[in-house]
Amino acid sequence: MYKTATGEEVFVIDGHTHFWDGSPENQSNIHGKQFIDCFYAYHTALSPPDMRWPKDQFEKYSAEKMYHDLFVDGPDDMAIVQSTYLTEFYKNGFNTIERNAEMAKRYQNRFIVNGAFDPRDGEKALEYIHYMKETFGIKGVKLYTAEWKGSSRGWKLTDPDAYRCLELCEKLGITNIHVHKGPTIIPLDKDAFDVADVDHVATDFQGLNFIVEHCGLPRLDDFCWIAVQETNVYGGLAVALPFIHSRPRYFAEVLSELLFWVGPDKILFGSDYAIWTPRWLVERLWNFEIPEDIRAERGVEFTEEVKRKILGLNAARLYGVDVEAQKAKLRTETVAAAAE
Amino acid sequence: MGASEAHDPRLAQARTEQVWARLGEVTDPELDEPVTELGFVEDVAVDEAGGVAVGFRLPTYWCSPNFAYLIADDIARAVRALPWVAAVRPELRDHMSAEAVNRGVGAGLGFAAAFAEFAVEGDLDGLRETFRRKAFQRRQEALVLALRQAGLDDAAIVATRLCDLDAITFATPEAERARRRYRAILVERGLARRPGDAAVVSVDGAPIAAAGLKAHLQGLRSVRINMEANGALCRGLLEARYRDFDPAAGEPTLADFMLDRVPPRAAAPA
Repeated sequence: MYKTATGEEVFVIDGHTHFWDGSPENQSNIHGKQFIDCFYAYHTALSPPDMRWPKDQFEKYSAEKMYHDLFVDGPDDMAIVQSTYLTEFYKNGFNTIERNAEMAKRYQNRFIVNGAFDPRDGEKALEYIHYMKETFGIKGVKLYTAEWKGSSRGWKLTDPDAYRCLELCEKLGITNIHVHKGPTIIPLDKDAFDVADVDHVATDFQGLNFIVEHCGLPRLDDFCWIAVQETNVYGGLAVALPFIHSRPRYFAEVLSELLFWVGPDKILFGSDYAIWTPRWLVERLWNFEIPEDIRAERGVEFTEEVKRKILGLNAARLYGVDVEAQKAKLRTETVAAAAE
Repeated sequence: MGASEAHDPRLAQARTEQVWARLGEVTDPELDEPVTELGFVEDVAVDEAGGVAVGFRLPTYWCSPNFAYLIADDIARAVRALPWVAAVRPELRDHMSAEAVNRGVGAGLGFAAAFAEFAVEGDLDGLRETFRRKAFQRRQEALVLALRQAGLDDAAIVATRLCDLDAITFATPEAERARRRYRAILVERGLARRPGDAAVVSVDGAPIAAAGLKAHLQGLRSVRINMEANGALCRGLLEARYRDFDPAAGEPTLADFMLDRVPPRAAAPA
């Protein structure tokens, strides 16, 4: 729960978090090392200096630390924890659904665990989607279209095998499809940030919501255009948000584009933990104002109501979280924990 | 620069500087900024036989191989244009595809041939053209804002001819730079050739109406916001990746001085 300077409570769902193991012990090869090194470069490049972690801590952290950073020191009420396998780079996977689910079980009512699949697995991918639904009751997945597999350096949402997987997701009620469209691993010969495939699947799967993580940031214009046309396309703020610290005026421009094209009901806050921690991001977002000239240019408003939607209410709607009931549940637990 | 010490050091120095000047004309295709200013070029070595080696690096191990290939290829072309150059070896470092890029550009292969084992599609010309169009739009926004600042109204801006553009006196170096960069790409793309040609036209060469300039500018602004995201990320990541410049580890190279990477302590004679 975020408390404003005037004492008001703001319900926060962190739309994008990770519980990874990128440690040298888990790395299979140079790519595993370079992958976590790249995350660490994002972390150090865009965090305020006093928020930077030592490298070894960043490579692998405990469930206790994550819980503390998100919910005790941090303002999150709930967090969506994504699964990313990267089995070509990491012996036990980077952050698997089992690892995430174990943490979620330990800290009840806090985590929404999302799955992942790779359509290049063919029939096995379909079986795996069934397994995740039955075992973990997932409502969403995170798709990493740039993941390597053998000699393949990526896939598209429009591939026939991907369509079969998405059909199954729709049938099983796995309705929230988070798609990584942003930096880090890049397919070999494709435009890494091309969001055109989202356009096609969003049209063809009206029962699914597509949350484009990182707003396809370097292709913000293409993303905005798609989001205007497709009512089921959302934008995740992870990676764009840390610019609030290093380049606030630029962040204001990005935000005003999103508010104008995508609208306040379809933007989701995400810290991308552990690349960034939520406390400073939420504090700054709540206190952020778009400079007058940029606001006038696009005619957008960044009111407290809009901020509440972005910080939690939009994600609550997508994941069927009853905010008042959830707040009551968390209050009881906090009281119980204090009594122990 | 071991081999170059055998011949006239002044000549080697002069040639190295010529190479750096040529490299200053090579832009990152996506960011439209010189690779030297972005800090991508690490070192330049010239030898007696007219061979040039250019070591460069990118902000991450994962940067797109097709962009890396474009840059390596552009480096080779730019340096080869110097009359005394016999051979150019661009050397990409710390990258997932370094070997394939270096081998491919060195052998004059196309991108698809260099990455044949992964069955890549298409050539790089389409990608190059996409980013040149974006570069034109970004440079045009900077120019139009400079023209407004210089006191021109929308009607005057859209009526600007190439000769008018050349005649304007700008008050700031930023505005001067905006004109220089815009003019270069306007001419490069053949959108204006003669002094009387319209200078402020769409990326496809169509005239812009005074009443439509505001909407046109909003479109240009979106392009710039996208490109800036990459620029800011790239700079930050490059710095984070290579921030451990340690003067004790060796003499700073010319590149370190040119790119302002040498702290005052290291620059002072010991």
